[in-house]
Amino acid sequence: MGKIIAGILAPHPPHLVYAENPPQNEPKAECGWETLRWAYENCREKILEQKPDVFLVHSPHWQTVVGHHVLGLEQFSGLSVDPIFPHLFRYKYDLKVDVDLSLAIAEEGKNIGLTMKVMSNPKFRIDYGSITSCHLMNPAWDIPIVCISSNNSPYYFSNEVGQQEMFKLGEATRKAIEKSGKRCVLLASNSLSHRHFTTESEIPEDMSYEHIYHHGQYLWDMQMLDLMKQGKSQQLLDVLPEFMDMTVAEVKAGALAWMLSALGMPEYPAKIHGYGTVIGTGNAVVEWNAERAAQV
Amino acid sequence: MKNSVIEKAYIVSGLPHIYLAPERSPGWNSLNQSYQKIRQEIETINPDLILYFSTQWLSVLGYMFQGNPQPQWHHVDANWHELGDLPYAFKVDTVFPEIYSQEVSELGHNTRVVNYEGFPIDTGTIVAQMFLNPDNKFKAAMVSCNMYSEKEENLRLGQAAARALERYGKKAVAVVVSNLSNRFEIKEIDPGKDQISSNKDDEWNRKILEMLEEGDLEDVSQCAREFSRQANADMGFRGIWWLNGLCGESNHFSGDVYDYQPVWGTGAALIGLQPTVPIRARSRVECANQEEASQAEMVQSLATREGSTWAAPEKAIPNHTMDSESPSVSGPSVQGQKIDSAQAPEPVGAYPHARREGEWLFLSGVGPRKRNSKVIPGVELDDQGEILSYDVVTQTKSVIENVKTILESAGSSLEKVVDVQVFLTNMKADFPAFNAVYAETFAAIGATRTTVEVNRLPTPIAVEFKVIAKL
Ligand SMILES: [Fe+2]
Repeated sequence: MGKIIAGILAPHPPHLVYAENPPQNEPKAECGWETLRWAYENCREKILEQKPDVFLVHSPHWQTVVGHHVLGLEQFSGLSVDPIFPHLFRYKYDLKVDVDLSLAIAEEGKNIGLTMKVMSNPKFRIDYGSITSCHLMNPAWDIPIVCISSNNSPYYFSNEVGQQEMFKLGEATRKAIEKSGKRCVLLASNSLSHRHFTTESEIPEDMSYEHIYHHGQYLWDMQMLDLMKQGKSQQLLDVLPEFMDMTVAEVKAGALAWMLSALGMPEYPAKIHGYGTVIGTGNAVVEWNAERAAQV
Repeated sequence: MKNSVIEKAYIVSGLPHIYLAPERSPGWNSLNQSYQKIRQEIETINPDLILYFSTQWLSVLGYMFQGNPQPQWHHVDANWHELGDLPYAFKVDTVFPEIYSQEVSELGHNTRVVNYEGFPIDTGTIVAQMFLNPDNKFKAAMVSCNMYSEKEENLRLGQAAARALERYGKKAVAVVVSNLSNRFEIKEIDPGKDQISSNKDDEWNRKILEMLEEGDLEDVSQCAREFSRQANADMGFRGIWWLNGLCGESNHFSGDVYDYQPVWGTGAALIGLQPTVPIRARSRVECANQEEASQAEMVQSLATREGSTWAAPEKAIPNHTMDSESPSVSGPSVQGQKIDSAQAPEPVGAYPHARREGEWLFLSGVGPRKRNSKVIPGVELDDQGEILSYDVVTQTKSVIENVKTILESAGSSLEKVVDVQVFLTNMKADFPAFNAVYAETFAAIGATRTTVEVNRLPTPIAVEFKVIAKL
């Protein structure tokens, strides 16, 4: 039977890719945002040891209005230019999609009443959020991925309604994975608190400018991380709607709720690999390792 | 039109359905046909430049301007990919974005002229360009829509566009790419039976269209917030504020509604506004002046219209600037201007709220008092005017609000504060609370600060700020 070996809170500031200087990215940096980059390195090392077959990513930067979309073609390549930070992120990607699993998720979703769509336009450009999270987890890109769009529409009604929908999507994802026989890692591509500065320093990687936007945002982030560390998924989801409002959080796109639901509301402690800010937003790399937790 | 910074303005829907799949719905097809009328008009005008503001090009760090002379890509929409592809190759004016971005940086915003291969141009701008400028006869210019921007900011962004166009001196047409009500059906629909997602949205759209048909751009701008709240207007109908700023905040237009149809539940319209008097650019000082006057007017008009259920302003609201009563930037010279804000508390002596010297703005001491009020926030006085109790948290918050008001009246903002001197009447008791409130706003700004205790301040207050900021 297939299984989710881990779920990762995998934020996607393009700054981290920029600072790493991979061959795929055109702009070059001297350094920057090391706490987060090292957090990703540690997390990645452990996860790759567990030999996953697929990474599944849910990104707020593939926004859809009608339904949840999945990629339905085996291969996509192209250039991803960040619309907000084009000076930092112009990335050539070439990626493989696990189409069988994508279609299975779409099918399971439909079975429980969700609107699901398969994206099969070969010219489609993959969003920079998915690319950044996937790159940071596996820069070799030698493991296929599944991309799920973020459908914000249910959040029109309320944060709670939105969250309910994401729970369903999480269930559909879990069922499809179990039937697939594959070892999967989920990536919830989100920052934590999302208030940010509206100006940038002359040198983007000048770390003397980098700090949390506001102490209140920091307190919120710490509260969220504390609940994660204690394995209190339900409490985490209970405060999530308020957290979204207080910190204009990107998790409104639903990735965290989707992931926790797919993981079956873990009660084991999550591992926090690191926390850092990017232009004032709070970001953490956090791992729920279902497989390791089961072994203990 | 002679001496007008723009020849004509348009508000158009940028949904790809209209361009890619007109055959699927009578409404989409109708819009497709109506778009041709605008194209023909623009061809007759024969402008040097089409300036686009699209609600689908979102920025969060200030504003972006397209600077690639020949952007090209094979675009596929994130949601509507199944309708087909939008390959494009545009011709972009590269001089105008430099001028415009300079004007916008002078307002204190982060700006970026983007010239990168593959930088994503939004679906809305692409659709509008495909319809209106299919052969690239006219050069295009594009400015982003800031997600967090409010009304005033968009008005100023529009005013800056007018200044930039005037400096550039070319013949221009402005196009706002925006829907009216923007409530998409969130399930699959039969496009043949597409309809506006609610009657309420439809009614609001029609009211807005009626006003635009009358040419009342300023009035629509005034009720954009309510429209947005009631009918979920596209990006808060920010586009209309920008256009209103650009077009001089007036109702002097002759309006045309070429079409109005549902697209996937949203209200998609094609609208034209032909200026009936030449639109001229206004300097920053002139704009600040008018802003204060129009705010005073709005307060007045709200007072007279109490009890009315229709929140949009009446057509009869006068639109001229007030002169005698409204305090304003006095003196035409850029050097050493005195600045008084209509919203900040009245000075208690012979001094202005602020003084501008070159790029610097020096504020007089600011306390927590409010304009036109005897009650001081955070102070309780007895009959003799002696302090019974006071709350330094409330006072500090009020001081910061007042500082913000004065800075904004002068065209600056809190983010541009460089130095703060703080006077407290009781350092020991009040410093920790004051310090915490201060940090909420100023921690991110990083201004230098000096805090001293003083024996007494001129009014019964516990805290006063002396601020220096950049313009
Ligand atoms: Fe993001």
